Amino acid sequence: MSAAAATVASRTEVPPALAVAWLALARDLRLAFRKREQLIQPLAFFVIVTALFPLSITPELGELRPIAPGVLWVAALLSSLLALDFLFRDDAQDGTLEQYALSGRSLTWLLFAKTAAHWVLTGVPLALIAPLTGVALGAPGYSLLGIVVTIATGTLALSLLGSIGAALTVGVKRSGVLLSLLTLPLAVPILIFGARATQLAIRNESFAAPLELLAAIVVLCLTLAPLAAAAAVRISLE
Amino acid sequence: MLRGLALEVSAGQMLQVVGKNGAGKTSLLRALCGMLYLEEGRVLWDGRDVRADLPSFHASLTYLGHEPPLKADLTVDENLRYWVGLRRRVTLPQRASALETAGIAGLAERLVRTLSAGQKRRVALAALTLFAAPLWLLDEPTTHLDASGHQLVAQLIEQHVRAGGLAIAALHHDIPVSAQLVRRLELSAT
Amino acid sequence: MTWTWFHRLGSPPHVYRLAERLTPWFAWPAGLLIVGALYGGLVLAPPDYQQGDGFRIMYAHVPCAWMSLMVYVTMATASAVGLIWRMKVAYAVAASCAPIGASFTAATLMTGMLWGRPMWGTYWEWDPLLTSELLLLFLYLGYLGLRSSFDDMQRADRASAVLAVVGVVNVPIIHFSVYWWNSLHQAPSVMKLGAPTIALPMLIPLLMMFLGFTLYFIAILLVRLRGEVLRRERSASWIREVVTP
Repeated sequence: MSAAAATVASRTEVPPALAVAWLALARDLRLAFRKREQLIQPLAFFVIVTALFPLSITPELGELRPIAPGVLWVAALLSSLLALDFLFRDDAQDGTLEQYALSGRSLTWLLFAKTAAHWVLTGVPLALIAPLTGVALGAPGYSLLGIVVTIATGTLALSLLGSIGAALTVGVKRSGVLLSLLTLPLAVPILIFGARATQLAIRNESFAAPLELLAAIVVLCLTLAPLAAAAAVRISLE
Repeated sequence: MLRGLALEVSAGQMLQVVGKNGAGKTSLLRALCGMLYLEEGRVLWDGRDVRADLPSFHASLTYLGHEPPLKADLTVDENLRYWVGLRRRVTLPQRASALETAGIAGLAERLVRTLSAGQKRRVALAALTLFAAPLWLLDEPTTHLDASGHQLVAQLIEQHVRAGGLAIAALHHDIPVSAQLVRRLELSAT
Repeated sequence: MTWTWFHRLGSPPHVYRLAERLTPWFAWPAGLLIVGALYGGLVLAPPDYQQGDGFRIMYAHVPCAWMSLMVYVTMATASAVGLIWRMKVAYAVAASCAPIGASFTAATLMTGMLWGRPMWGTYWEWDPLLTSELLLLFLYLGYLGLRSSFDDMQRADRASAVLAVVGVVNVPIIHFSVYWWNSLHQAPSVMKLGAPTIALPMLIPLLMMFLGFTLYFIAILLVRLRGEVLRRERSASWIREVVTP
């Protein structure tokens, strides 16, 4: 059957799974940079939220320092959640998510690539800006690297965990609040370990223990979250 | 909800699915893709149930839905690269030649948001030729196209089918494909 | 090994009739056990040397906490069965569990607050058990919220099933992290809502309450399940024979 011959011809040019995932990642990064001004929004939100706490409590750095880890983490959590809404939204609307599901390639890998792109575009910038706001909340100089490391790890776990909720609510209108309600209770362990790690960093103590627990959560999310997200996407495409 | 359907398409045939709006043409195509769960009934490809190995079934088909799945902020060439590239390595000359076949040769570097609906449809048709999949599932492939566009769609389908491929297309009206290659299926809404 | 009994559970009319027949077998023993346990716990058991009579609310609080967790596990298991074997009835079971579990969780929180008032002087302390239960309540509410955001019943079933399975994996992690968090910040005067040193006359009514609550849950589940099955199958033909007397 000559149609089978056509299939055979195309099989030899099939790119490997990793290359396909890289393609999906590259596409999302390129798309984000075409609309550069939108990349700033989660960062601006983060800074504004952290500024709200001194405004509503006290300008005394001495009194802000103890609550600085909590403020940074809550602000990072909320900013990541807001940005998660857009993880799958556009692709679901213009049909590219459907094409991903029909590509014959592993949807799990493709969604992992999209989530990784989301982290690079949102989580990493947040982690890099966090030291600045940390200083504004009284964090000492030696803790800044610790702040970057802890928030970068935590936002990675958050992007992965949040991708599940984003995939489940992709067809729902005005799903922003629902997505947050679904993800926040599940994100509590990330918050607890991450904030504790940042707190120890600010106190100039070793933050290895909570960071290791946080890393364990990241590993768990890396293995399970894209699978769950792929299942959720298939359900929403039915 | 679809009920009471039995159909068979062989290599070298095109199945034209007609029916009023809401009769279920889109649902049928999506069910044939394996995307809709069938409570009863099966889809067989090459004699095997597609659910046994969905990825390789998907690798043998191309599905075009109502709207071309293009990213407005990317160029035409970038769109083709990221879309077809998921399944098949295609070089720049191959992409350029596909655009030429689709009648939009000069548009490779244009951002998709600057294109008209008809031009976007032609980009999707270019991708269709690049995928080189044996089974084509097309939902209203002639939407937004002018007369020469209709001609193009008919030509592409006829070439594909004569080369041994299969096409299942939901079409409101007939297109100029040789009658001996076409079979019709009419869906009625109850 | 014949799995026919399992596959017959996939048939809604069969499940409906089975639920109808089984309900009294769970409801009556549940009622007797709970009444007996209440008598044993409120009247017969001696007052605790440390907490006085205040500890007696444990007979409601602890079984409620246990049930809130057990119902979630049941809901997640039913969801997994529904996803793997595509059984509609399994989704109906999961949907029936959710409001029951949420109620048990809310009851745990309220009894915890009532217990806390005489013990701590405040209605709320960030006690690890109460905090975990609060988060569990949000998980239930998230499940119910996700369900209600879909018009299509099938999609609601499957999406919330995925959420339930993801949640059940998370519950032990959340538990662990909350207890870890609490152990770091042990305020000196906080008294945990723990059961006092258990003596036998205190233990027996507690175990009776556990069993009674479990049977009560099954009875209520069966009643709700019938309602769910009716709601989903309302256009099916077998309904007419069952409902019209």
